[in-house]
Amino acid sequence: MDETRKMTIDAEHAPVIEPGHTFATVTDKISSIVLTRPTSNGWFAGFGIAFLATMMMLYAIGYLFLRGIGIWGVTIPIGWGFAIVNFVWWIGIGHAGTLISAILLLLRQSWRNSINRFAEAMTLFAVACAGIFPAIHVGRPWLAYWLFPYPNTMRVWPQFRSPLMWDVFAVSTYATISAIFWFIGLIPDLATLRDRAIHPAARIIYGILAMGWRGSARHWHRYETAYLLLAGLATPLVLSVHTVVSFDFAIGIVPGWHTTIFPPYFVAGAIYSGFAMVLMLAIPIRKIYGLEDFITERHLQNSAKVMLATGLIVAYGYGIEAFMGWYSGDRYDAFTIWNRLHGPYAIPYYALLLCNIGIPQLLWIRKFRTSPVALFFVSFVVLIGMWLERFIIVVVSLHRDFLTSSWGMYYPTRWDWMTYLGTIGMFLMLMFLFLRILPAISIFEMRTLLPEAEVKE
Amino acid sequence: MPQIFHRSANTLSRATIFGALFVLAFLIWVGYMIQGSPYITYAGVRKPQPVPFSHQHHVAGLGIDCRYCHTSVENSSFAGIPPTRTCMNCHSQIWTNGALLEPVRASYRSGESLQWTRVNQLPDFVYFNHSIHVNKGVGCNTCHGPVDQMPLMYQQESLQMEWCLGCHREPQNNLRPREQVFNMRYQPPTEANPVTVDGRKFTEQAPLGSYLIKKYQVRSVGDITSCNTCHR
Repeated sequence: MDETRKMTIDAEHAPVIEPGHTFATVTDKISSIVLTRPTSNGWFAGFGIAFLATMMMLYAIGYLFLRGIGIWGVTIPIGWGFAIVNFVWWIGIGHAGTLISAILLLLRQSWRNSINRFAEAMTLFAVACAGIFPAIHVGRPWLAYWLFPYPNTMRVWPQFRSPLMWDVFAVSTYATISAIFWFIGLIPDLATLRDRAIHPAARIIYGILAMGWRGSARHWHRYETAYLLLAGLATPLVLSVHTVVSFDFAIGIVPGWHTTIFPPYFVAGAIYSGFAMVLMLAIPIRKIYGLEDFITERHLQNSAKVMLATGLIVAYGYGIEAFMGWYSGDRYDAFTIWNRLHGPYAIPYYALLLCNIGIPQLLWIRKFRTSPVALFFVSFVVLIGMWLERFIIVVVSLHRDFLTSSWGMYYPTRWDWMTYLGTIGMFLMLMFLFLRILPAISIFEMRTLLPEAEVKE
Repeated sequence: MPQIFHRSANTLSRATIFGALFVLAFLIWVGYMIQGSPYITYAGVRKPQPVPFSHQHHVAGLGIDCRYCHTSVENSSFAGIPPTRTCMNCHSQIWTNGALLEPVRASYRSGESLQWTRVNQLPDFVYFNHSIHVNKGVGCNTCHGPVDQMPLMYQQESLQMEWCLGCHREPQNNLRPREQVFNMRYQPPTEANPVTVDGRKFTEQAPLGSYLIKKYQVRSVGDITSCNTCHR
């Protein structure tokens, strides 16, 4: 912890934890949010709105099951509409959580300790939202389990050569590892909550979840080993999951999809949007719950820098796409780029360039990186931009394919919007519940950052 | 502070973790078994019919050929259900007062068809053609079982896709000479009981099947296991 200690007092950087805290104050501050602070009216209002939005989503999905996907705007040739756009968007958002919790852990970036817990929760909830779309976009959602290779009376396997099949494995592995990683990381804190809880029901529930954690040296030893192993497992997933998602497109022959730049450009885009979501959650949370001591300017700055870097990779991806449109000499590729710039969807494309490349350049300026309000705004813009990017990739590539006779337009219906906005509601609802019943910041990992944690020789 | 849980919670929680795996595996197994059982497939179930028609009596006892009633089996997708007149060819002469046959006579008088309950029922999304199977040397009893020993008709096989594919993936195991298709007593070739086709003597099924595949120009396994062979 020597290095950590040095970093916390390094005058060059803002500290990862404000001075003056001890083990007791950290534990008190974080656990009080769950255990002693009365639930505020603001929480109820926010949760209520998010809950209503979730119900709207369930209504839209219920009607979808009743009537079929004809209620959506999808048609030929645009067979993939909002469902796939939203799926890729949500899955991408999840990636920042895994990057923060796994890769930054392996790289010993101690500043991750105060944001990894809710970033992982964000990952889980984003994957949950993402998982809805592939399941409901198939014509007969009650048969969606056919995607899994299970013993069946048809004696046929799913098509293992299809990237859609790889997707099933990538996303289900991702969801499983994220859930286990998150839960294992929670166990010591759940034990803290068990020991501090007053209500007997809370003691029993946290007690069951803590799985008998007593904090013995043996427990800690096993915990550290398991956590490190899981981090090692999760690390390749940060790169592989969105790579596989990009294969859904890149393996196809549609101009605008069939490019080798897709995997790295998708992964960068995923982390880009993920950090935007982390900031959009962190900024209000630290304000409302008074956690500015734990989520400091340093965290905001670092996240902003990651966004800036990944944003530039994404911009490079756009540039290469445009360059290859010209350099390949392929008339269909060239037309795809021309169509993006001058076609019926030109406005979303220019909006995309503004949101993903233009406005985020403000982050070069230190003042914008350290201002929560400005960062919140830039993050919001990036999330819109990344959604538009998937819209451009899915819809604009499909609506002008090889044959002019099959050209068409895509108009999302109100059911598309209700489902999309509904998943945002579900995401926020889960986030509200998480903040209320689990420690949003890892208590024991925060304690390791304190001067108190330094071992005396 | 008192303990929240009793000591036994340790054992219980360990048992739950391992037990969950077994319970899950068991549930999957149960689901699979139910899916293949007659409860779902109706294999071996005797469904009620307006007249207790006995294939055993008519085929084994009297020696009537399948095609006497199922006239279109060789050149149509549907084998054909005989009109009441086919029954009356004989039953206007014999058993003319049998009470069991009253529905048949009633149908003949009124001109209203007998409403048989269908036994071998494939889903509507499956395209099945009798004539192609019969003409490529698939025997009636390969799919329908020993019909000549069924007093009341029942479905012999599960008719599930794994059963269809079992043959489509290895057609040589089930082919016989075309002239033996309607022979309910046909036996696959053995040393003691060889089968002769075009003057060639076969003592095993595998070479016979392969020979017939060539002779009848059965299409490749790739073709006949392609999705749109049956799901058009």
